[in-house]
Amino acid sequence: MIGMSAREMRVAAVGAVALALLALLPLVDQGYYLSLALNIVMYVVLCTAWTLFSGPTHYISLATAAFFGVGTYAVALGVDILPLPLLVLIAAVAGGLLAAVVGVATLRLSGVYFVIFTLGLAELVRQVVTWLQTNFGSGLGLYVLTDYREMHIYWMLLALAAVVYATGFLVNRSRLGFAMRIIGNDETVARHVGIDTARSKVILFVISGAFIGVVGAILAPRFSYIQPPSAFDPMISFQVVIMSLLGGTRRLWGPLLGVIPFTILFDQITAYFPNHTSLVIGIAFMAIVYLLPHGVLGLWEDLSRLRKRIRFVVVDEKEAR
Amino acid sequence: MSIIVTGLLLGGTYALIAVGLTLQYGVARIMNLANGENLVLASFVAFWLWTAYAVNPILAILVIAPGAFVLNWLIYAYALRPLVDRAKNRGQLEVDSILATFGLLFIFQGVMLLGFGGGYYNYNFLNVAVPILGANYGLNRVAAFIAAAVIAAALWFFLYRTRYGTAIRAVAVDPSSARLVAIDVPRASALAFAIGGALTAASGALLSTFYTFNASMGVAFTMKALIIVIMGGVGDVRGAVLAALILGIAETAVATLVDPGLTIAATYALFILVLLFRPQGIFGRRPA
Repeated sequence: MIGMSAREMRVAAVGAVALALLALLPLVDQGYYLSLALNIVMYVVLCTAWTLFSGPTHYISLATAAFFGVGTYAVALGVDILPLPLLVLIAAVAGGLLAAVVGVATLRLSGVYFVIFTLGLAELVRQVVTWLQTNFGSGLGLYVLTDYREMHIYWMLLALAAVVYATGFLVNRSRLGFAMRIIGNDETVARHVGIDTARSKVILFVISGAFIGVVGAILAPRFSYIQPPSAFDPMISFQVVIMSLLGGTRRLWGPLLGVIPFTILFDQITAYFPNHTSLVIGIAFMAIVYLLPHGVLGLWEDLSRLRKRIRFVVVDEKEAR
Repeated sequence: MSIIVTGLLLGGTYALIAVGLTLQYGVARIMNLANGENLVLASFVAFWLWTAYAVNPILAILVIAPGAFVLNWLIYAYALRPLVDRAKNRGQLEVDSILATFGLLFIFQGVMLLGFGGGYYNYNFLNVAVPILGANYGLNRVAAFIAAAVIAAALWFFLYRTRYGTAIRAVAVDPSSARLVAIDVPRASALAFAIGGALTAASGALLSTFYTFNASMGVAFTMKALIIVIMGGVGDVRGAVLAALILGIAETAVATLVDPGLTIAATYALFILVLLFRPQGIFGRRPA
């Protein structure tokens, strides 16, 4: 990679080492902790892909479940005919295409239209898939029987996480990333300096949707029996929004700070208080709006900026004396 | 023919929900995604009043609507007003209010799930056939439609023939200019939000007389209402009523002619057409 600064090289090296260490986990434990780690890595990829688009644009996308389900179905339909790597590629294309259609229809308009549209998208795709299956397919469920076990899925997700971070890094320093930052700050200004705002947003949304589709495809062997309600579970969309915003979307690695605690918390709650999940999600949304409007990351950045300012004030006073 | 009549009867109730939401979004500038939960809550209250005390659900609106009015006033004053005050621009308020009302949605839903469980509820009220134009329809649906029409007429009178109603419409057009003619904008916004909530609750009570409901179906209604509001043009009451009737007919047509499982697909097809060709709404004017 040409033109990386020394600091960026260091970050990349640390990331690679961390990834290698994480990849060793299945050698230590194959039970609960692997399962939990798999969930965490899955949400890290989903939330980072989500932040790729929603971070700079401030559009709240609830389409995650739709892309995820489309990816899962791509594998479920083709698993007996085609090899998995090819299916993953198809899932990426399918997720990207769906994102393109949604983006072209809604991204020229204001944010509210986009939220509403994506809110129902998973339900829409689910209804269409159910209808197609009952009328033209063979029953509702599909089996995905492969030799892939949890640890293989875990490794694939880790690799995907690396790809997502690399993509995010490259997008950030490309013309597209620069354009997105301007759009995020002021869309009118962006239009006046000649940026095709709708086109830039659609491209980024397609990238984000393709990655989410791939996650769905990789997860398909884990479900083994696939039905529309489980593949298009709207809860995934809401959890991704919460975790990303909780962590903070100003930086690509911000969601990480939200994903790890929230996945563990949610795991405990579904295990011990399964009837209270809606309440927890509701309270999490409230906490984001009223307590952490910029996420944990934003809070930390604001605090350290404040501390720096205080230190300068103290230094100034000393010098004045 | 029967599709059109059934669709119109359903559309009447949809119209009330959508008018409630259009008041909340068009005047108070809050996209209330918890609106559907408000509706389901009212359905449960009507159910409870009917089964426990045999209170006529249509008369129960006299209790439910004021209750929802107070509840929504409190929600606006304590949860949403601070967001309006802190927002630097329209975009930020939009994001904040969407997230906050998502929070409300899940809290309402969580409370109802704890109270009533995830099961489906319905009850028998006026379940008698009425012949209209050669086909039979449930009296409960007809009664709900008439009640919805009466409420809509009362609302029209309030909005177009009273000082308060005129103030609310002025805020819908331009909040900053409304202040110049001595309209208390925060008060008018709270009033519109509370009235919107009361209307939605009223339609929830009406809906419960002929519809099977459960604690987690509010989102579907919020979505239908939002699509109707966008089709009709934000803040436009006439447009919302017309769009609701169109949606009611389209949904019934798809459910009877194609497949009952495809109603969302039908709403979405309409939604996409509107977004592509008339994003400003049926009666809306293209912004300059």
